[in-house]
Amino acid sequence: MKIRSQRDFVSGVLLVAVGAAFAIGATNYDFGSASRPGPGYFPFGLGTLLAVLGFTILYTSLTRNGNNGDPIGKVPWRPLLCIVGALVFFGFALPRLGFLISFPAMIVITSAGSREFAWRDALLNAVILTALSCGLFVYGLQLNIPLWPA
Amino acid sequence: MDLLNNLALGFQTSLSLINLWYAFLGAMLGTLIGVLPGLGPIATIAMLLPSMYSLEPTSALIMLAGVFYGAQYGGSTTAILINVPGEASSVVTALDGYQMARRGRAGAALATAALSSFFAGTIGTLVVAAFAPPLTELAFEFGAPEYCALMFLGLIGAVVLASGSFIKALAMVVLGLLLGQINTDAITAVPRFSFDIPELTDGISFVVIAMGLFSFGEIIANLGKPPQHRDVMVKRVSGLMPTAQDVRESAPAAFRGTLLGCVLGVLPGAGPILASFSSYTIEKKLARHPEEFGKGAIQGVAAPEAANNAGAQTAFIPMLTLGIPTSAVMALMIGAMTLMGIQPGPQVMTSNPSLFWGLITSMWVGNLMLVILNLPLIGIWVKLLTVPYRFLFPAIMAFCAIGVYTLSNNTFDVYCAAAFAVIGFLFHKLGFEPAPLILGFILGPMMEENLRRTLLMARGDWSIFLSRPIAATMLALAVALVIAIALPAIRKKREEVFVEEE
Repeated sequence: MKIRSQRDFVSGVLLVAVGAAFAIGATNYDFGSASRPGPGYFPFGLGTLLAVLGFTILYTSLTRNGNNGDPIGKVPWRPLLCIVGALVFFGFALPRLGFLISFPAMIVITSAGSREFAWRDALLNAVILTALSCGLFVYGLQLNIPLWPA
Repeated sequence: MDLLNNLALGFQTSLSLINLWYAFLGAMLGTLIGVLPGLGPIATIAMLLPSMYSLEPTSALIMLAGVFYGAQYGGSTTAILINVPGEASSVVTALDGYQMARRGRAGAALATAALSSFFAGTIGTLVVAAFAPPLTELAFEFGAPEYCALMFLGLIGAVVLASGSFIKALAMVVLGLLLGQINTDAITAVPRFSFDIPELTDGISFVVIAMGLFSFGEIIANLGKPPQHRDVMVKRVSGLMPTAQDVRESAPAAFRGTLLGCVLGVLPGAGPILASFSSYTIEKKLARHPEEFGKGAIQGVAAPEAANNAGAQTAFIPMLTLGIPTSAVMALMIGAMTLMGIQPGPQVMTSNPSLFWGLITSMWVGNLMLVILNLPLIGIWVKLLTVPYRFLFPAIMAFCAIGVYTLSNNTFDVYCAAAFAVIGFLFHKLGFEPAPLILGFILGPMMEENLRRTLLMARGDWSIFLSRPIAATMLALAVALVIAIALPAIRKKREEVFVEEE
């Protein structure tokens, strides 16, 4: 057994897992009968289908021609952590610290995801975007966003 | 003449000052995102939705439609000037458009693209106006089995016509359908897959999914690549007026492209993209000097531009008449309608005639605006082309984050979007196209409801799909599509078509 396509191999495994999880989860709900399908009917079928598709992809990843292994490649940890981290931070900080603190901070964290990060550019960007969004969303569109720390 | 009355009603709505303003705003914003790298119409529409609650639904939809066709427009500008197609449908435009620009004929190429698009937009609008009412009538005849079969056909079509691996696209649709199952069951009111999280009992918002997959996931993937520098070769664009010979050469091509685009645009999936590719191929076959193609043939700009714009208009037909989206963008439009309290479907035309006809006519108005505004403003767009990504992505992030939060003033949505950012990045790494997922997600609950109603109606007998002629025809078409793609000759052709897109 040799993995001919790393990408398809991982895809297959993940799809089987997700499909199986949905199908198993669906057994908690009433399946009903074919003439009166319950809430578990549709998700169970779909979950099973997804798992089958996952198996097919998994199978082709082991049998398909081509020897380069179709590697997944390196994970760009820096942008991944910065972007996701910035969002989680924003979600956590907004109700507590308010928009005027959490928003520029989020932009600086976001900017740090780029290899071309420079403090001056990031701070400038943060100030401009905060002013702009404040004017547009808070005063212009009157969206309900807490400005100051609670 | 019903058609004229309807169009008159439409223009009354779309020419009101407020709607003109929103059509303008949408078209401009669309052009902007078409020109800027890394931001497409799907992400933009998702980003705009939360701030549109306060708008009148007609104005909001006019603006969103403007973003969609404006983006097609902006996409061709970048294709011609820097050989970077802003949107997938302008990939072919780059082939000859960029060569024209290199020969110093950027002005003529831009003007040809704009004028063919406008011509196609005009015809496309008329086609939508003419075909929407009879289709709506037909849709009223549809029962649950027909709807179910139609959605099935739509999903299969979207998968077959998507680029990349067929089975992976299919898996994305199914995953989308499954994510749509995280909700409260519409028939028995049982919360499903909610893990006792109250926010999940209402289901995940499509805005969160679209933004996570299309904005955040994209940003992560883009930042992972080495920085690209966009060089604009043409600093000043002059000679916008096409010569008489240009017109003579491009007019028939634009006309053929329009016809093809109108037909293919209705198809689910990549209608406009397919239209632009096939019209280019046709022109190349018909041309007296096929060797000119790829070296700056004006027909190679006129035909695909006309085709993709016509396709972009007629793509609204299934959405407006049946309430069934054929692409991710149309799925978002459906979602937008629902958010604003309008039930999509055939009844929209009768219950909201001013919205229906106003939206259709606004597309023509918007196309006209694009021509009038874009050609003189080309200098501004050229400047924008060079905005470095490091200034752009924090801005995209910022607006998306505000959008997600204000969706329901809830930080749960922000965390959800963060999770989908990771998933979106994973899709990118593993070679999955996220658009079919959105389509499946929006169609999921509708499809489940109709399937269950069908089975109730037929007392569990699946053969009802075969005994009703319309439903059976649609299922047969879906099966034919799958068989067609499995045939080696067609599979090869499909790969050829989409390889150029990479």
